[in-house]
Amino acid sequence: MYQIVEKKVLNEQVKLFRVKAPHVAKKAKPGQFIVLRVSDDGERIPLTIADYDREEGTITIIFQEVGATTAALGLLNEGDYIHDFAGPLGLASELEGIKKACVIGGGLGCAIAYPQAKALHNLGAKVDIIAGFRNKDIIILEDEMKAVCENLIICTDDGSNGRKNLVTNELEALLQAGEQYDVVIAIGPLVMMKFVCLTTKKYNVKTIVSMNPIMVDGTGMCGGCRLTVGGETKFACVDGPDFDGHLVDFDETIRRSKMYKKFEQEAMERHRCNLEEVINNA
Amino acid sequence: MPNMSQIKCPMPEQDPNVRNKNFKEVALGYTEEQAVEEAQRCLNCKARPCISGCPVNVQIPEFIQLIANRDFSAAAKKIKETSSLPAVCGRVCPQESQCESKCVRGRKGEPVAIGRLERFAADWSMANEKPEKLDIKKNGHKVAVVGAGPSGLTCAGDLANMGYDVTVFEAFHKPGGVLVYGIPEFRLPKAIVQREIDTLSDKGVKFELNYIVGKTGSIDELMKDDGFEAVYVGSGAGLPSFMNIPGENLNGVLSANEFLTRINLMKAYLPNNPTPVMVPKRAAIVGGGNVAMDAARCAKRIGAEEVYILYRRSEEEMPARNEEIHHAKEEGIIFKLLTAPTKILGNEDGWVTGVECVEMELGEPDASGRRRPVVKEGSEYTIDLDCVIMSIGTSPNPLIRSTTPDLETNRKGCIVAEEATGQTSKEGVFAGGDAVTGAATVILAMGAGKAAAAAMDKYIKSK
Ligand SMILES: Cc1cc2nc3c(=O)[nH]c(=O)nc-3n(C[C@H](O)[C@H](O)[C@H](O)COP(=O)(O)OP(=O)(O)OC[C@H]3O[C@@H](n4cnc5c(N)ncnc54)[C@H](O)[C@@H]3O)c2cc1C
Ligand SMILES: Cc1cc2nc3c(=O)[nH]c(=O)nc-3n(C[C@H](O)[C@H](O)[C@H](O)COP(=O)(O)OP(=O)(O)OC[C@H]3O[C@@H](n4cnc5c(N)ncnc54)[C@H](O)[C@@H]3O)c2cc1C
Ligand code: SF4
Ligand code: FES
Repeated sequence: MYQIVEKKVLNEQVKLFRVKAPHVAKKAKPGQFIVLRVSDDGERIPLTIADYDREEGTITIIFQEVGATTAALGLLNEGDYIHDFAGPLGLASELEGIKKACVIGGGLGCAIAYPQAKALHNLGAKVDIIAGFRNKDIIILEDEMKAVCENLIICTDDGSNGRKNLVTNELEALLQAGEQYDVVIAIGPLVMMKFVCLTTKKYNVKTIVSMNPIMVDGTGMCGGCRLTVGGETKFACVDGPDFDGHLVDFDETIRRSKMYKKFEQEAMERHRCNLEEVINNA
Repeated sequence: MPNMSQIKCPMPEQDPNVRNKNFKEVALGYTEEQAVEEAQRCLNCKARPCISGCPVNVQIPEFIQLIANRDFSAAAKKIKETSSLPAVCGRVCPQESQCESKCVRGRKGEPVAIGRLERFAADWSMANEKPEKLDIKKNGHKVAVVGAGPSGLTCAGDLANMGYDVTVFEAFHKPGGVLVYGIPEFRLPKAIVQREIDTLSDKGVKFELNYIVGKTGSIDELMKDDGFEAVYVGSGAGLPSFMNIPGENLNGVLSANEFLTRINLMKAYLPNNPTPVMVPKRAAIVGGGNVAMDAARCAKRIGAEEVYILYRRSEEEMPARNEEIHHAKEEGIIFKLLTAPTKILGNEDGWVTGVECVEMELGEPDASGRRRPVVKEGSEYTIDLDCVIMSIGTSPNPLIRSTTPDLETNRKGCIVAEEATGQTSKEGVFAGGDAVTGAATVILAMGAGKAAAAAMDKYIKSK
């Protein structure tokens, strides 16, 4: 059992937990993730390690409530326990030797991109961050991101923060203006990552994306997380989650991400019926 | 006078058309009377050929005589002298190619139902006896076991009996290995596995769950930083193989490991569980082992209308236990033998719509001694499907070997270990089970764990 030592509400749907997990904190590196189960007989879900404190033995996770498990997780409070918390999983991001980087986060992707930007900053790299959100109410981690970069550009789909644009346009503007990046790191919705890669391809800038396909074990034993990279099948949980964005078959991944939609809805439905029954019988 | 019936005393089973819709155990076990009746078929042969077929030398005629004499408690004890998991092995061992294949009674009629009798004695003991309270003196030595499958559990149990302070490190949130994530409830009730684990906990064995050796900590760290004097690696062979045929990444194609893990470990078969699982209409399972049978029978149980087994050789070569093949057929699984998929077909949305197959013929024997299947010219045809489950084998996960540089492994990624002791190329590190042999059997994994426990004891005492 793993205790939640801090809970912060970042926006209506996004929460931050600091969780006591000394084994994981001891080895965690930026780019890695954990797999948790909220309760016994709960689902296993992967979440990125947003930060870690080796001394304190804690791991920070930031998650968006999108379905049954993340909603159940969001109901927990400081002092409560998470049933299972395994990691660190996946390969750490390769950040050594990068002098100048542009880190792009889309929505919740900012939570996954932030630890990479921070690590780059701590390694002495110059970092620009482009963060895109649907509207200004759901902007997260603004101060944290500002603290680890030279330039922070936040744009919104609806312009409610005064800057209506897509992250790809912002990126293209920088590249056109002659910014030279060793690498662009893009993390967010699949469609966003796909278009960032199409943009950087034109300018021949190396691009790393973080792939978050559906996972079960996170240790290479189910193959559910497989994707095609450079014509080869890879398991995102052990060969990634970071991959060379110019080699990823995004269309296949977008398709595969929908594989369990119908079954998730059914699982959610079953779960809800059960809850209602419990409530009605109470 | 022995019971001269040529057939085994039948074991009561759930009706095939009832059980193919539930996850309750298929075979219900012998009553005391049935067990005694079957035990009386044993001739108590002097030469004891059956024992030579048992990988761990269970004293078969002895325990069967004890059942015949209605001393069920002593029968269970007799088995436990050499086997740690009799309730499991009695259910899942391939008896027809082990002990029962050597049984004298099998020359004319059916062999003695050794497996069913083993199961009976073990179940009787579980139901009627408390696990023995051993008065174990702690010897102050710390040892680690990696992986809580049958191999690791057996090794941990034996070491705990010798007085070691044992910690089992398990990647999943539940101990049991394949016994909990692979083999379904209807073949091996999880309560039985839990009983074995509780017995270990009672003996003081500690379980460190959610601990992925190679990620959370390495073997070197366990030995240097955490003070474990010896380590047993029983991490299994969990990495699924795919066929590398076109269409394998379509939606609706999954590994048997994923399908079975969602259903068994994550309990997606229970009505209120949040874990989603694909409920196919028409599914094909590629392969002919126990894993394929389990996947097929699970698919049927969660609601698939038609389930096919596609196997490229003939039934004779199928590695699955005879009983599972027989049960699968009874439950309505359709066997397409001498059939190999060559391409998986999909629609514009990327969902599986069918599989293209070819028919095979058996040619000359290959390295495994089985006749090699060769493609029959012009035999292509397609089967309409919405789900394909790949069950063509697994290999050891690279996590441990890639983080333990001085641990020798072979071409197939299996850890190299001495058969009699489990000793690896690394001092203080022992290994066994599927991690060493590649996917094999529960009994072999258990036997390897036992042998290694003895060798680890010797190693630590001689240090
Ligand atoms: C390596 C990795 C790192 C991730 N990091 C984060 C993170 O830091 N913060 C965060 O909020 N989310 C993260 N995710 C996504 C997170 O795992 C899913 O949002 C979560 O599993 C949804 O579970 P649910 O039961 O609440 O929703 P469900 O109802 O199960 O699903 C809602 C939607 O989420 C997506 N989804 C479902 N299951 C998964 C899954 N196992 N993996 C990926 N997507 C899934 C599907 O598109 C689905 O339609 C990460 C995923 C991966 C693979
Ligand atoms: C579906 C299915 C059906 C089967 N049916 C039969 C049958 O009927 N009869 C039969 O005899 N055999 C059967 N087998 C084979 C049998 O189950 C295996 O041979 C046996 O379980 C091997 O035992 P093991 O202890 O070596 O490994 P496993 O049972 O695989 O256990 C290994 C354990 O190690 C853990 N682990 C792996 N890597 C790490 C790590 N890095 N750190 C920590 N923990 C780790 C795993 O999570 C797992 O719990 C079947 C297998 C499957 C998959
Ligand atoms: S070979 Fe058969 S009959 Fe003979 S002792 Fe063994 S089980 Fe009994
Ligand atoms: S999540 Fe199972 S192999 Fe990657």
